[in-house]
Amino acid sequence: MSMDTQSPPITSTETSPAKSGAPVVLENLTRRFGTTKALDGFTLKIEPGEFVALLGPSGCGKTTALRVLAGFERPDIGRVTVDGKDVVHIPAQKRDMGMVFQSYSLFPNMSARDNVAFGLRLRHQRSASRRTRADELLDLVGLAEHTTKYPHQLSGGQQQRVALARALAIEPRVLLLDEPLSALDAKVRAELRDQIRALQQRLMITTVFVTHDQEEALSMADRVCVMSRGRAEQIATPAELYSRPSTEFVAQFVGISSRVGVERSGDSVNLFGRDVKIRGSAPEDARSLDALLRPEDVDVVVAPTGLGIVTHKSFLGATTRLEIGIGGASVKADVFSSAADVFELGTRVDLVANARDVLVTASRQAS
Amino acid sequence: MASLELGQTIEHDVVMEDHPELQPEQSWFRRVHWGRGVVLWIAAAYFIIPFYAAMKFCLQNVNGGFSLQTLSQIGDAPQFTSALWLSTQLAVVTMVIVMVLMVPTMIYVHLRMPRFRRVMEVITILPIVIPPIVLVVGIDGSWPQWLKSSQWLLALVYVVLAMPYVYRSLDAGLGALDLKTLVEAARSLGSGWVSIIWRVLVPNLRSALLSASVLTLALVFGEFTIANLEGWQTVPVWIYLAPTDNARINTLVAMIALLGTCLVLMLIVSLDRKSHSRRS
Repeated sequence: MSMDTQSPPITSTETSPAKSGAPVVLENLTRRFGTTKALDGFTLKIEPGEFVALLGPSGCGKTTALRVLAGFERPDIGRVTVDGKDVVHIPAQKRDMGMVFQSYSLFPNMSARDNVAFGLRLRHQRSASRRTRADELLDLVGLAEHTTKYPHQLSGGQQQRVALARALAIEPRVLLLDEPLSALDAKVRAELRDQIRALQQRLMITTVFVTHDQEEALSMADRVCVMSRGRAEQIATPAELYSRPSTEFVAQFVGISSRVGVERSGDSVNLFGRDVKIRGSAPEDARSLDALLRPEDVDVVVAPTGLGIVTHKSFLGATTRLEIGIGGASVKADVFSSAADVFELGTRVDLVANARDVLVTASRQAS
Repeated sequence: MASLELGQTIEHDVVMEDHPELQPEQSWFRRVHWGRGVVLWIAAAYFIIPFYAAMKFCLQNVNGGFSLQTLSQIGDAPQFTSALWLSTQLAVVTMVIVMVLMVPTMIYVHLRMPRFRRVMEVITILPIVIPPIVLVVGIDGSWPQWLKSSQWLLALVYVVLAMPYVYRSLDAGLGALDLKTLVEAARSLGSGWVSIIWRVLVPNLRSALLSASVLTLALVFGEFTIANLEGWQTVPVWIYLAPTDNARINTLVAMIALLGTCLVLMLIVSLDRKSHSRRS
């Protein structure tokens, strides 16, 4: 198998830009498979040219939502509109959407150029113009040298780049990416991730990207829709999603969170001796409350009489993650690696909350 | 290699055992597995000796030498050409019908009804289990007279008989493809079903289709019972009932049919290997 070529920066202007993206609305979608509800009233509005990632654990309905949008599944209830037009009854081949799949989906009997030109052939473009367009797109994804190669002669990363070029060739109104990076190794994945994002920003195609990898979702998307049990838990920008998760599920799924028992006083809770405002609202009927903390929400100070004890220590490069046992809870906190030597296992420490506000949920122990 | 302990020396044989690439190349004589060789030769003798005897019978002249005189007489043998033409027509029509029926059906079952594959497997094996005489009785009792008097009746029966072979070839071919993804990729690019089958799936099922076609061809050129009972003189019926006083001609035709089928099967195997190595 041939080696991956280095992805070039997306600066070429040789190819004509695709049609500008279309607005997409998925409205109250419900889809059952037997007794399982894959989608349960799922709603998402996507602006023209926006890059939205559907993020969630396996079985949360993200792929089903994408397949409904692509036309491979029909919802039991709900509407899908593209550019204001209901497309639920339009078959997949007439929806004008480019799609890149998780598994390598190139046609094995066709060269890279023929794969890219396939959609144009179906649109009755002339042979010379198909060839020119296919070569432009292969150049755009850094595969100008590989136009005559067959899929079996290309590496996984190269195949996915051809698949991307093929999806873009038809100038789709919406680009759908179904975990296109998950079969690739880490280095190629990072390269292709940047390349996809740069291409999308340049061509301004409305893009829906399905992934279970939060790093991919947070680094690529304009907005991320976190899904759970067929519903959208939160739709927000990556920064907002990370720093202001609206539900416990989002806080636990995106990034790292620790759960600490707290006492409420008005619209604040007492966290390690300091009053911190409650983000949103606290459950009124809960007998006791837990705060959900990010590792960077807490400062750690060595204190011989401190209440916490360092129980685990993981080196992460620039930072080191400490796990501190305190009052029956385990709190994760990040410190700079250059200052981490003082935190040996068993060291007594004090924790200081530095967060402006904190997400509060009903305590699991109480329930 | 086993882990070394302090003071242990590495024996030359151990190193050579773990690194076969360091070993000198063995002669073909040493590489032959003699047990397998004996079985292979016995099997080869079982096929080659009768074939050699039949060919000798066909091609030996009165002086004990070989000549191709019998071969040149085949074309002049009474009713041979018409039997060959009938078999060829039946083979082509059978292949077309069975492919048109089975290819879309198999694709549909693989894509939409994967659980139905087992039922299909059982259904398609029935023509092998049911004796041909039962089929003939069934046909005579139920099919309309206008069809029974047509030679194309045989093609329809052969479609049923070819199903087990065609099913298995296509099933293996489709199983080797990521069918769902290929179909969805083609659909997302704007391809309708006819175009998907013709431009994407058929080229990737080439060796499966070729093998199904050859098996169908072999079946049509080898089927005797039904053709004979329905009163049609196909090549196998002609070989058995040939109105010729020269048995060498009949035998040579049978041998040529056998040899032809073997050659085509070898061609399929080599094509299949090529396409397999290309995919991997």
